[in-house]
Amino acid sequence: MPPFSARDKLHFKFGKVKEDMRIEEHPILGRLKKGKLVEIEVDGEVIQAIEGEPIAAALMAAGRKVFRYTRKLHEPRGVFCAIGRCTDCMMVVDGRPNVRTCVTPVKAGMKIRTQHGVSDEEN
Amino acid sequence: MRRTELAIVGAGPAGLSAAVEAASAGVHVTLIDENRKPGGQLFKQIHKFFGSKEHYAGVRGFEIGMRLLEEVERLGVDVMLDSVVWGIFKEHTLGIIHDRRNILLRADKILLATGATENALAFPGWTLPGVMGAGAVQTMMNIHRVLPGRRAIMIGSGNVGLIVSYQLLQAGAQVIAVVEAAPRIGGYGVHASKLRRYGVPILTSTTIKEAGGKEEVERAVLVKLDGNWQQIPGTEEEHEVDLICLAVGLSPLAELAWMAGCRFEYIPELGGHVPIHNSNMETTVPGIYVAGDIAGVEEASTAMEEGKLAGIAIAESLGYLRSDEARDRKGEVLKRLSELRSGPFGRMRRRAKERLQRRYGVE
Amino acid sequence: MSLERDGVLSDEELAGLPGMPSKERLNRGPVAVIECAQEIPCNPCEDACPNGAIQVGEPITNLPRLIEDRCTGCGLCVPACPGLAIFVVDMSYSEDEAALQIPYEFLPMPRKGEMVEGLDREGKVVCSALVVRALNSKRFDHTAVITIVVPKDQAMKVRGIRATARSPL
Repeated sequence: MPPFSARDKLHFKFGKVKEDMRIEEHPILGRLKKGKLVEIEVDGEVIQAIEGEPIAAALMAAGRKVFRYTRKLHEPRGVFCAIGRCTDCMMVVDGRPNVRTCVTPVKAGMKIRTQHGVSDEEN
Repeated sequence: MRRTELAIVGAGPAGLSAAVEAASAGVHVTLIDENRKPGGQLFKQIHKFFGSKEHYAGVRGFEIGMRLLEEVERLGVDVMLDSVVWGIFKEHTLGIIHDRRNILLRADKILLATGATENALAFPGWTLPGVMGAGAVQTMMNIHRVLPGRRAIMIGSGNVGLIVSYQLLQAGAQVIAVVEAAPRIGGYGVHASKLRRYGVPILTSTTIKEAGGKEEVERAVLVKLDGNWQQIPGTEEEHEVDLICLAVGLSPLAELAWMAGCRFEYIPELGGHVPIHNSNMETTVPGIYVAGDIAGVEEASTAMEEGKLAGIAIAESLGYLRSDEARDRKGEVLKRLSELRSGPFGRMRRRAKERLQRRYGVE
Repeated sequence: MSLERDGVLSDEELAGLPGMPSKERLNRGPVAVIECAQEIPCNPCEDACPNGAIQVGEPITNLPRLIEDRCTGCGLCVPACPGLAIFVVDMSYSEDEAALQIPYEFLPMPRKGEMVEGLDREGKVVCSALVVRALNSKRFDHTAVITIVVPKDQAMKVRGIRATARSPL
């Protein structure tokens, strides 16, 4: 497993390069102390995450912004309130749909899928 | 059915401060919060607070949060985290979901300190990923250490908009502009000056016309407003951005107060519908108190003082504090509150709170 | 230009502030310049000054008043102000230069000996400046105080710096 660093660029299945949006150094908060790194699967791709952080944080750190598509018009949605109130960030997690990823902590081996509509059906 | 003397819903600055006051006097306190960690919005505040030494001036918000937490732990307050208070019923009974189980908790007194929620601003394209609340941006940056975008536009120049814009700079993002619909900047001049010094324009009489992008935000179109808040055609300006932050006000999260039958008053300066309360922070339903943003959107410092006030009043009503002792302590808090509610910014809030409190006891 | 409309204090607004030292005092040596123009309940500057040179009193919404003869230009007030509105200006630094102490809360942290860009209150680059000291004491709680040397005629204009890009550690 390669070491996790701010300079790593993460490659997804379709050749899209997403940049690491992790704030490693901060003038007030200091250096980021990461804790245990785990692997999770997002739409079949493996990405690294910090154990216990919200799923949404891991995804956004990997540059991912689109989390689901709406039922009728298939419009993209992502994080909006980040506090568990608006349901924009819902995804299918370990087979369960409508999981608010901004308040659900990451666990090693979690399987996360882009949600289509309000169920666990693939588009 | 569990029992407690004081149930506090919400472990933010108001709830924590109330817990400390009440528990210090000997009250059995149960502090409930839906999040995994207590502290409310305090841990996102990485800037230094204003006020005086008693108001923790010069201390960063998250540091204040840690001190309050230590106090609460030291006093042996019963803290229930990951617990959602979903209902409030007769005889001061709360329905709580904890660990996927429903728990009923009966309390002698209840303090609702559930804070406020961010408002949204709808415009074409506002549902695109990359449009987020300013508080959400703060959470991602300061708690989760993730940058939600690299080029941002901030809508709203109140203190939240100005402070979060500065924090975006600190986190390594660019802020293309702060946009304000009114002809004047809403927040403190010093917050605005810090941004202007570092090259962030603050565009007054301006709003966002639309956001564009295929799957995510890629651009924002700004437009100027005339004296009647109408968009002026021909003044549109397009900017390449990947993040649009909405800092357009907060509204009290008062569903539990509605459920409990508290009477409300609509006060726009305090964020909308606010539960009526007296100077003891007690609502029109005896035994139910409010403190912090739920009682009117202000600041963390006023939330802490109101929490203390409620804690003292509740301890007194439960017989843990003599009335002269309570009166003296309340007097100190009220003095600090009136200091915080002075000056051109605070004055408006003080008058609004006075209006609210005058409604107490009026049929 | 006005604070309420643009977030930038005009020259008129600045001149009228009780926290502004006189020209005569400025020329004598390092002195605090307190650009605090709104009545907000706030007084950590008063507490920070070891010489009683900053007076707020009661009510704490009073604008801070500089007692310029008591001010030694020590700079302890600079990191204490939550609004980052206090600077120290030393017009006596050299014949054509002045030294400025400014509060700074960004990365990368400038280093002694570096050249940086001097920014005015509107964020415009008005000169280049030499960093002669970069202090980030634990006591300042992450508000660093950077001392830069600028041409004298920019001393009352420069209020920010832009460090030139450096590869981070």
